Amino acid sequence: MKKYVVTRLLLLIPILFGITFLSFAMMRIAGSDVVLQRAEASGVTLTPEVIAAQRTELGLDQPFLVQYFRWLGGFLTGDLGTSYVSGNDVFETFLSKLPATLLLTGTSVLLTVVISVPLGILSAVKQNRLTDDLIRFCSFIGNSLPNFFVALVLMYVFSIRFPVFPVISSGVSLQSAALPTLTLAIAMSAKYLRQVRAAVLDELNKEYVTGARARGVRFSVTLWKSVLRACLVTILTLLALSVGSLLGGTAIVESIFMWDGVGKLAVDAINMRDYPMIQAYVVWMALIYVIVNLITDLSYRMLDPRIRLGGDAR
Amino acid sequence: MKRYQEAAAGRRKGKKNTAKLRLAVFGALVLALLSVSIFAEWICPYDPNAQDLSNALQAPSPAHLFGTDRYGRDMLSRVIIGSRTSISSTLILVAVIAVGGTVIGVVCGYFGGILDTVIMRISDICLAFPGLVFAMAIAAVLNGGVRNAVIALAVVSWPKYSRIARSQTLAVKSTDYISAARLAGSSPAGVILRHILPNIGGQIFVTAMLDIGTMMMEIAALSFLGLGAQPPTAEWGSMMSGGRSMLQTYPWVVLSPGIAIFISVVLFNLLGDTIRDCLDPRNGNRSAG
Repeated sequence: MKKYVVTRLLLLIPILFGITFLSFAMMRIAGSDVVLQRAEASGVTLTPEVIAAQRTELGLDQPFLVQYFRWLGGFLTGDLGTSYVSGNDVFETFLSKLPATLLLTGTSVLLTVVISVPLGILSAVKQNRLTDDLIRFCSFIGNSLPNFFVALVLMYVFSIRFPVFPVISSGVSLQSAALPTLTLAIAMSAKYLRQVRAAVLDELNKEYVTGARARGVRFSVTLWKSVLRACLVTILTLLALSVGSLLGGTAIVESIFMWDGVGKLAVDAINMRDYPMIQAYVVWMALIYVIVNLITDLSYRMLDPRIRLGGDAR
Repeated sequence: MKRYQEAAAGRRKGKKNTAKLRLAVFGALVLALLSVSIFAEWICPYDPNAQDLSNALQAPSPAHLFGTDRYGRDMLSRVIIGSRTSISSTLILVAVIAVGGTVIGVVCGYFGGILDTVIMRISDICLAFPGLVFAMAIAAVLNGGVRNAVIALAVVSWPKYSRIARSQTLAVKSTDYISAARLAGSSPAGVILRHILPNIGGQIFVTAMLDIGTMMMEIAALSFLGLGAQPPTAEWGSMMSGGRSMLQTYPWVVLSPGIAIFISVVLFNLLGDTIRDCLDPRNGNRSAG
């Protein structure tokens, strides 16, 4: 296990370099010249000498790789430059918006679990019956709905037709979180439900279930005491892995519901072509994603005794 | 357990029997959808870009089945003409990632070595970003447009196909008949074209068919964010985004392109599921569970 953790962490190093390098290179390719952008924003025309002087000052005349490592140094110390639009510190702005997004992610994950775990188990137990077909039909429909469409329909129904929830979230409150949470949870549940169903079915088809039946153990006892306990780790792992797709989805949903998180920040930055802001968003989202996946992978191994006690199973 | 196995076996048999029927029905529906987008210009009842301000924001009526938008353009015509951009860009995207990803995966799997290591590390890095976040950033850097949205999503999505193609190639490569073919003097290109591609083609095809719906939603999402089709081009995602502010009073401007996306995605997903069932050997009559 220890060996596995070390290899896993070592493998992370090239990926982290890759993520930061790609994020940096992308924004450079975009041709975002800080000096010209700033001049444009403030509306002054600069002479070529002034431009050259400013470029030297900012280190833009240095080779590409030198610039990358300087940027990386800044990144590690929490300095990602300032926004072209507002002039505020990018990293500070990002951090100030992050809690709202984490809250939205948290409530969505919670609602997803509440919806899809019971339905997934029910669907597996009632395999190929009407209940199963109905649940799978709903999951199919949910999978075919773009989340921005769900968001707009929910908004139309619950904010305009029957004004239960506010159209535009006024600050971070549970009431304004309801619709964005529901939107994200619908998309996520549709996928996650199938995975729960498959995991439970997999376990139900194992021989010990027949054995228990043969010995006259009640089915509900087998289900709750053995089957679900055995799938628990798989179900939790799949949940953590689907958090990644949630991160991308928050951007659109946040901007539709005016939820003041990093997703809306990113969409606004994209519309304004505020490159440092986009860069900060991309690099940090990737980092969060990688860390979530790492923790998931490690805890999966930690929680599953078959792997933990079997030494390095890989 | 018996109960589950019997049910599963029965289901598989039933599935196989209905699969051909479903294939015919969903195939025909998807063909109908494709013909609508191909013959869009002849089908739409009005000129999709003709403005008629005296008829702006009309509710759905017999004259304008889906109503009109704020410039008085007929929504039905715009939805029909929008299918062209939405569907063609989706199909191009899926074709590019399926073919490109497969070529990369097969080459990596067959030849291995340093090239394989480098390309697989690159794909690791691409997979380390949450998909849509990365695509948004690339599309923003490329300054939007349908073509750039397709490029952005292609950059994000190819690793999936490379992974599948690579692992399948590795599995096929270790079989005896490949060794026999190589001993008999087949060139690498011959082995790949004649033996490996036919073997892995089915799975790649199924993956691609199942991907069409998702990709259609992602292209629409980028357009919705203003990173895809630019006005006045009719495209479902950007039409929805353009009508957003009118949701309260003129909901049909938003809902009709949304329903169009939904129906197309459903049709492609149904066809994808059916093709998977038809090609999946586990659904054959041989397996008794």
